Amino acid sequence: MTRTVLRRGSCEVIMGPGMPTVIIGEKINPTGRKKFAQALLNGDLSLVREDALAQVGAGADMLDVNVGAAGVNEVELLPKAVKLVSEVVDVPLCIDSSNPDALAAALEVYEGKALVNSVCGKAASLEKVLPVVKAYGAAVVGLCMDDQGIPGDVDGRVRIAVKILERAEQLGIPREDVLIDCLAMTVSSDHMAGRVTLETLGRISRELKANTILGASNVSFGLPDRWSINAAYFSMAIQSGLTSLIMDPNAPGLRRIVKATDLLMGYDEFAMNYLTDYRQFTEND
Amino acid sequence: MSVVLEEIKNGVIKLKPAIVKEACERALAEGITAQTILNAGLIAGMAVVGEKFKNNQVFVPEVLMASKATHAGMDVLKPILAESAVEPVGKFVLGTVKDDLHDIGKNLVGMMLEGSGFEVIDLGIDVSPEKFVKAAKEYNANIVGMSSLITSTLHYLGETIAAMEKAGLRDSVKIMVGGAPVTAEYAKQIGADGYGKDASVAVEVALKLLQQ
Repeated sequence: MTRTVLRRGSCEVIMGPGMPTVIIGEKINPTGRKKFAQALLNGDLSLVREDALAQVGAGADMLDVNVGAAGVNEVELLPKAVKLVSEVVDVPLCIDSSNPDALAAALEVYEGKALVNSVCGKAASLEKVLPVVKAYGAAVVGLCMDDQGIPGDVDGRVRIAVKILERAEQLGIPREDVLIDCLAMTVSSDHMAGRVTLETLGRISRELKANTILGASNVSFGLPDRWSINAAYFSMAIQSGLTSLIMDPNAPGLRRIVKATDLLMGYDEFAMNYLTDYRQFTEND
Repeated sequence: MSVVLEEIKNGVIKLKPAIVKEACERALAEGITAQTILNAGLIAGMAVVGEKFKNNQVFVPEVLMASKATHAGMDVLKPILAESAVEPVGKFVLGTVKDDLHDIGKNLVGMMLEGSGFEVIDLGIDVSPEKFVKAAKEYNANIVGMSSLITSTLHYLGETIAAMEKAGLRDSVKIMVGGAPVTAEYAKQIGADGYGKDASVAVEVALKLLQQ
C-alpha cells in the first residue's frame, strides 16, 4: 500500500488507500477573491491568518497556501505567508505556486515535509519544479496535463501521470511522494467530464498504485445547486480511489459527506472520525 | 413579425436545433432574406438567452444548447450569406492567455459574439502574446479579446497588450479583457479598451468599440 507522509514540526498527516480521506483547505488563494488579492498587494497577510485559523477550526487536515495575485512578488510573499500560517496552526502545508523560485523560497522556511502544488507534464514544468521538490525532500502534486493541454480521455491522462511518476523516480522522488491530480473539469460544458476524471482516478489508484489529490469543487461550475453535485462527486471520487481532496472545509455539510463516505468505504474504524466530526461541528452545520 | 421568424427565435430560446433548422429552411422558401432570418430569428433568440443567463434563469449547458440551435440555423443560412457577401459586423480574435486552460467563459463570449453577427476567430486556450499578435494581423481583426481565469496568468493580459503595441497594431485593433480575477480598474490600468464582466456585457462593449 502506498503511504504518503506529510509533516510539519510534530504534526504528521498520512494518506493512502484504505485510510480516511485527507482534507486540504483551499481558501488561502486569491483566485476569484478580489479583497484577498488586494490585501496581498498591500502586503497585508491578516486574511491569510484568518483563513488559516478558520479552516483548521473547521476540520482541515492540511492547508493550501497560494499568494499568486497579479502584481505580487511571490518569491518574497510566499515564504512570509508560510511562516505566518506556521505560527497560527500546526497542520502540514501544501505550497502552491507556478513560480519555482517562489516554491524554493517557501520550502526554505518550511520545517518538515511539505506538499508542493504543482508539477505537470509540460517539459518546462518537469525540468524546473521536480529538482526543487527533490532538493527539499518534499512531496508534489502532479497534474494530468502537458504541452498539448488536458487530454479529454482517460488514456491520455493516465499516460501523463506515468510520465510524471517516471521523471520523478529518475530524480529519486519515490512514487508515494507524487500525488496525481486527475483534474476535475466542469460538467456544465461537457457532461462526460465527471466520468473521465473518475475513471482516471480508478486507473491511477489500481494500476499505478499512486496516491491522488483533487480540487473537486470546480466540477459544478455554471450550474445551480452546486452543493448537490459536489456532494455526489466527492463521494464518487473517494469510492474511485481518491486519497485527498482540496476543498473548502467550511462549506456547509460537505466535510460531513467526506466523513460519511470514509465510513461507508470502511476507512473509519468504529466510526470514530465520523462521530468526532459530528460532535465537534453539530452546531455549525 | 412573420410567424416563421418567431418560430426560429423561440426555437433558439427553447434549445431546439432541429426546429430551428427546419424553420430557417422554410423562412428562406418563403422568400425572407438570410440577413433578416439571422437578425430577427437567430440573433434575437440568442439575445434572449444571453439576458436569461445574466439573470441566472438559464445555465451554462443551456447556453451551449442554444448555441447549437443557432449553429443549426447558421448552417442553413451560411451558403446564402456567403453568396450575398454579407459582411460580418466585425472580426473578433478571441483566446485564453498563455498558461491558462480555462475556456468556458471564453467560449460563451465567442458564441454570443457570433450570435450578434461577429466573425469570431477562436485561438483556444494557452495562447501566447505572439500568437495573438499573429492572428490579429492575419485576420485583420477589429478587436482582440483575452480571457484570464487564474491570478497567476493575469499578467499575460498586459504582456499581450504590450506585444500588440510593439507590433504596431495598437491603433488599428481594440483590445478587450475578461475573466474572474479581472476588474474594470485592472483593465484600465493595463491599457485595455474594454472589459466585459460577463458574456452579454462583453457583446455590448464589443459593439460599442466598433463604433469608435
